Amino acid sequence: LAKMSGGGSTLLGYIGIDTIIEQMRKKTMKAGFDFNIMVVGNSGLGKSTLVNTLFKSQVSRRSAGWARDEKIPKTIEIKAVSHVLEEGGVKMKLTVVDTPGFGDQINNDNCWEPISKYINEQYEKFLKEEVNITRKKRIPDTRVHCCIYFITPTGHSLRSLDIEFMKRLSHSVNIIPVIAKSDTMTIEERLEFKQRVRKELEMGGIEVYPQKEFDEDMEDKSDNDKIREAMPFAVVGSDKEYQVNGKRVLGRKTAWGIVEVENPNHCEFAQLRDFLIRSHLQDLKEVTHNIHYETYRAKRLNENGGLHPITCNDTQESNL
Amino acid sequence: MAVQTQQKNLEGYVGFASLPNQVYRKSVKRGFEFTLMVVGESGLGKSTLINSLFLTDLYSGEYPGPSHRIKKTVQVEQSKVLIKEGGVQLLLTIVDTPGFGDAVDNSNCWQPIIDHIDSKFEDYLNSESRVNRRQMPDSRIHCCLYFIAPSGHGLKPLDIEFMKRLHEKVNVIPLIAKADTLTPEECQQFKKQIMREIQEHKIKIYEFPETDDEEENRLVKKIKDKLPLAVVGSNTIIEVNSKRVRGRQYPWGVAEVENGDHCDFTILRDMLIRTHMQDLKDVTNNVHYENYRSRKLAAVTYNGVDNNRAKGQLSTKSPMAQMEEERREHVTKMKKMEMEMEQVFEMKVKEKVQKLKDSEAELQRRHEQMKKNLEAQHRELEEKRRVFEDERANWETQQRLEQQKVEASRTLEKNKKKGKIF
Repeated sequence: LAKMSGGGSTLLGYIGIDTIIEQMRKKTMKAGFDFNIMVVGNSGLGKSTLVNTLFKSQVSRRSAGWARDEKIPKTIEIKAVSHVLEEGGVKMKLTVVDTPGFGDQINNDNCWEPISKYINEQYEKFLKEEVNITRKKRIPDTRVHCCIYFITPTGHSLRSLDIEFMKRLSHSVNIIPVIAKSDTMTIEERLEFKQRVRKELEMGGIEVYPQKEFDEDMEDKSDNDKIREAMPFAVVGSDKEYQVNGKRVLGRKTAWGIVEVENPNHCEFAQLRDFLIRSHLQDLKEVTHNIHYETYRAKRLNENGGLHPITCNDTQESNL
Repeated sequence: MAVQTQQKNLEGYVGFASLPNQVYRKSVKRGFEFTLMVVGESGLGKSTLINSLFLTDLYSGEYPGPSHRIKKTVQVEQSKVLIKEGGVQLLLTIVDTPGFGDAVDNSNCWQPIIDHIDSKFEDYLNSESRVNRRQMPDSRIHCCLYFIAPSGHGLKPLDIEFMKRLHEKVNVIPLIAKADTLTPEECQQFKKQIMREIQEHKIKIYEFPETDDEEENRLVKKIKDKLPLAVVGSNTIIEVNSKRVRGRQYPWGVAEVENGDHCDFTILRDMLIRTHMQDLKDVTNNVHYENYRSRKLAAVTYNGVDNNRAKGQLSTKSPMAQMEEERREHVTKMKKMEMEMEQVFEMKVKEKVQKLKDSEAELQRRHEQMKKNLEAQHRELEEKRRVFEDERANWETQQRLEQQKVEASRTLEKNKKKGKIF
């Protein structure tokens, strides 16, 4: 007989509480889940290639029909492309939001505004659905769970545009900075550059994901500290395969060697992938939902006293 | 009337074939000047490339390059270095442009650069128009290396704007920076894309001249096919296959700077220093400088009628008259100086004259006083003399009287004696 008490009590037999994990797993597998990732950076930094490499399929906008040497657009556009990926019985609806034209103009003032607007629009959509009287069973989640910001590998420091963007958006979305095209730098240059970027982020008060304030317990903290020490990840993307030592690997072939994408000695792509997909995917979604979305919701409900029109109409309808 | 030049054969050895040697010796003695400008966003490896090209540490630990110093606005900085090789001296000036393209809003970031180039042209124009032209230092920009970021896509709007504005002012040589980012296929595609865009926007980059020499032509054609040159810079020496080469060490290999298969650095170096340096200077002098000059002077003569009173940069006269004016200016300046000096001189003279007059008057006074004294003395003396004379006269008369008396008494005595006789 199990006793119900406030503190932990020893069980006298096997009940089966732990099967709840299995039940959750089955449900999640059937329902599938959404993941929205946004990539931001100057054109030519390999954003689309990286996303393709991350998800091992042609999911970027490029593959959806746009040519490689398309002209740089005059204003920033937001292009979202969705795919459904399946692995091990788990379905994931992956949406990649691309931002061509970011930082490419001569005058880049306020180029972060269209992006900020898009993010807030997604929050707004979700909020409207939530506030509805008759809610859908599963609200379609188009909120941006993660924004990968691509840093140009100058080898010196962050550019003013980088700092401006990250400052403004780190409070509304999870930002993960990565150093793009890191095969430009030797190992020493890379270490130096990373140190300098970390220092500049600290000086600017920019909190990138994983944020220190949301560490729940010691275990989380130590894990995340390790990751924070290694950020920003220096990555190389590629969707071409080459033969190295009898193995087929993804890489880039230059005249002096082959850069292996998944070799931890060459670049930190594997680390980024593990971090992003294999360990922190759910956490990203949770932080977006519990913190960023809640902040937006609180702000929204505090101004103008909230969203009246929808609730009024529905009440009248239901009364009739 | 055109003079007909005939070609004649020489019957013996005259010796003017040694003319090139004389020119060579003179130029070696004089030394050469070359000014190179590097433009590009920060972090594209400009300083490293300059160090690699000239095998000197122009930017080193003690004098860090502009990239290590954060700039808020676009600056134009010059550094000079004197390089000697094989008895030939080269005064190399590197003009760097830190801050270019680094701000969030980069509109008109090319303006300081254009102003700098124009100011160098203007200096040269002024020194050419001077009457005394013995020293004419040539600080005009002979070549501008423009660094394109290796995005792999094409030119950025900033690149296009910049090159459009500068291709008529200076020899623009576009380079693909940090070329070890690109694989050979990506590089080829990128180059083609860039050349396409350059032609589309009608940008006139520096063109290598055709020569009569067949072999040189082949080299030139090879270079033309590889434009824009994709370069990698490095000054660290690494051992590869027991050979010491300059390169960048990666975990997957070493990118050698001087290997023609890895990047186009050797082509750039040869072209810039070994074969086309003089041609760059010539094109700057004959084409860009002449363009600037005719534009400037045409503006002058066009505005001559309207802005008679315009002062400042535009003068209102033709070059000959400008020279005259210069000379007149010079002369008036000299006159003014002369006048000033004369004034000063006069003042001094007046002072002196006054002083002298004063002293003269003083002397005169003293002189008069002395004269008076003298006269007084003189009178005194005269008095004394008169008195003395009077006395003397008295004494003499007395003496005479006495003598008369004595004589009288004597004669009496005589008479007495005589009388006795009687």
